[in-house]
Amino acid sequence: MSTPATATTTTPATDPTMTMAQALNTALRDALTDDPNVLVFGEDVGPLGGVFRVTDGLQEQFGDTRVFDTPLAESAIVGTAIGMAMYGLRPVVEMQFDAFAYPAFEQVVSHLAKLRNRTRGGVSLPIVVRIPYGGGIGGVEHHSDSSEAYYTATPGLTVISPGTPQDAYTLLRQAVACPDPVIFLEPKRRYWGKGPVDVDDPGPGMNRAVVRREGTSATVLAYGPMVATALEAAELGLAEGYDLEVVDLRSLSPFDDETVSASVRKTGRAVVVHEAASFGGYGAEVAARVTERCFHHLHAPVARVTGLDVPYPPPRLEEHFLPNPERILDAVANLQWERHLEDQA
Amino acid sequence: MTGPGAIAYDEKTAEALLPTAEPLQLIDEHGARVHCPGHELPSDAHLVALHRAMVLGRRFDTQATALTKQGSLAVYPSSRGQDACQVGAALALAPQDWLFPTYRDSMALVARGIDPAEVLVLLRGDGHCGYDVHATRTGPQCTPLATNALHAVGLAHAARLAGDDVAVLALLGDGATSEGDTHEALNVAAVYRAPVVFLVQNNGYAISVPLSKQTAAPTLAHKGIGYGMPGVLVDGNDVAVVHSVVAAALDRARAGGGPTLIEAVTYRLEAHTNADDATRYRLTGEVEDWQTRDPVERSRVHLRAAGLLDDDAEAALAAEGEEQAAALRTAMQKETVHDPRTLFSDVYATPTRLLDEQAARLADELAEDA
Repeated sequence: MSTPATATTTTPATDPTMTMAQALNTALRDALTDDPNVLVFGEDVGPLGGVFRVTDGLQEQFGDTRVFDTPLAESAIVGTAIGMAMYGLRPVVEMQFDAFAYPAFEQVVSHLAKLRNRTRGGVSLPIVVRIPYGGGIGGVEHHSDSSEAYYTATPGLTVISPGTPQDAYTLLRQAVACPDPVIFLEPKRRYWGKGPVDVDDPGPGMNRAVVRREGTSATVLAYGPMVATALEAAELGLAEGYDLEVVDLRSLSPFDDETVSASVRKTGRAVVVHEAASFGGYGAEVAARVTERCFHHLHAPVARVTGLDVPYPPPRLEEHFLPNPERILDAVANLQWERHLEDQA
Repeated sequence: MTGPGAIAYDEKTAEALLPTAEPLQLIDEHGARVHCPGHELPSDAHLVALHRAMVLGRRFDTQATALTKQGSLAVYPSSRGQDACQVGAALALAPQDWLFPTYRDSMALVARGIDPAEVLVLLRGDGHCGYDVHATRTGPQCTPLATNALHAVGLAHAARLAGDDVAVLALLGDGATSEGDTHEALNVAAVYRAPVVFLVQNNGYAISVPLSKQTAAPTLAHKGIGYGMPGVLVDGNDVAVVHSVVAAALDRARAGGGPTLIEAVTYRLEAHTNADDATRYRLTGEVEDWQTRDPVERSRVHLRAAGLLDDDAEAALAAEGEEQAAALRTAMQKETVHDPRTLFSDVYATPTRLLDEQAARLADELAEDA
């Protein structure tokens, strides 16, 4: 899939268009090729290639000692990955769905996140835990959770979420190379979205946010599945007179205050968007950080557009739960524009 | 029956996975040699080495309990009474093997050769792990029950993939066998044929809850067959049989034979920790009864009768124990200097900006205090 551009074609290196799932598959393939210590394992990742086909063909190419199906036991997947990493391997493990990662929570929180610290630097755990997350695919219950705040609230974890196929490739390669454990949250509703992927593009660094769309009216801060939604809102907003800047956070923890603050100081307004519920959610942290750093540049309180504070609904109701461009634009419209005009008058 | 759900079942193979009705013994409660089919009494030199490690381990444990009463340690979960399990198992490990202990296995760590002062870093409250995990091939003492068993399975699997001659020993208690991670670890170990041995020290209580409220299984060793691995029941107060059975299981694991579950029946002579009141849940006379089955005394009686231990040797051993205890007291009396700035070390390989900011604030606080 990672066919490089050849001399006979005029196609630039960025041309190959991939779905996000294909970009992730290519990243795993390249990581397995480059480092014999990389292992890929989880539930149904072998002959089936994962329920989302992210590991498609990997067992065939690398054999069943490097790419293998585990018993259906998520705590064991993370717990054994820890033991393997202590012996020098670099496991990349798959949790089949967000809500199915919870049995592994104790291993993640008590060991994965803490072992470097507990051993005063003696034990490194270069482990990637891939978790398809979020809704929007019509999944029945327990298949659509946005669990990021559980992980971002845990010191010692790095939490990453790509919003584009390019980032899916680049960030996953960087996560595998990272000496620390990375919770890699894959927006499952974007698995089939296509985009250009240049496997040689190093990007801005794993822990940096990027400005996806420059604008002047307000900053929309989004990540993972909501990046595309925010960009859609920005396009629709033009007709309403808003020129929105969209920042893709990419790295939920550590947080790139620098890029975010620079954008908000420029626009003077900010809206945080995520699928997860609002109360105690990740957006609260983002809003607090933006307020602490940009208070004197803000013309309105930082707004949040999030999923509702209810358990994730059945598929036939999820459209009412999920943030959409209209809700983002409604939030933008409420950012005290009239006061700003009064101030200017 | 055929199809993907079919399992080859062979009655004879299955029966071989079951434990014996009575715990295996090589030395009985009176110190006498017992014939135990399939298990040889360790050599004289081994028996003497095991006894020495138990005497030193017991002295270490007594000293740690005393230090806790004096306030030098934050907490100490004593393993007095479980000496034979901890020493017998630790000395069965080859240097290249790995050990994944729990918070109650301090004696096993000392028997493995880890500096007692480094062992007590955790319980003194100076740090979370005082020894070098890689150099000692010993995981940090694990407090969340049974979670260490999965680390043991993972490391064993990695060693097997590397083709290394390494076996791994996971230590568990009877309470931990009720945890989900024990189930996952036993199952995955058996499926992977990982070179790992699980030793359950059944001391009768999970803090205050007796085994009868923990399981309805005939014995904990019976759980082995459910995972397709041998379950072996041993007298946990007989250091010879613990050592012999654990060593055999480690050899079997190294040779590609897969994992073994061993249940060692023993007793915790002290309370759960210094903060516990064991009189609330133990029967009158229970402790006294188990004191008559003291593993160190049993080994001593056996060695004396076998002519492997005399007054001089015992005196020398006691003196060695006193020397070690004195060194530990000196180490524990030394005031540790804690640099608060190290709070931010080793959270990530490279400190994050967030941590740098908090470190700067803490540095300001420290400067103001100074």
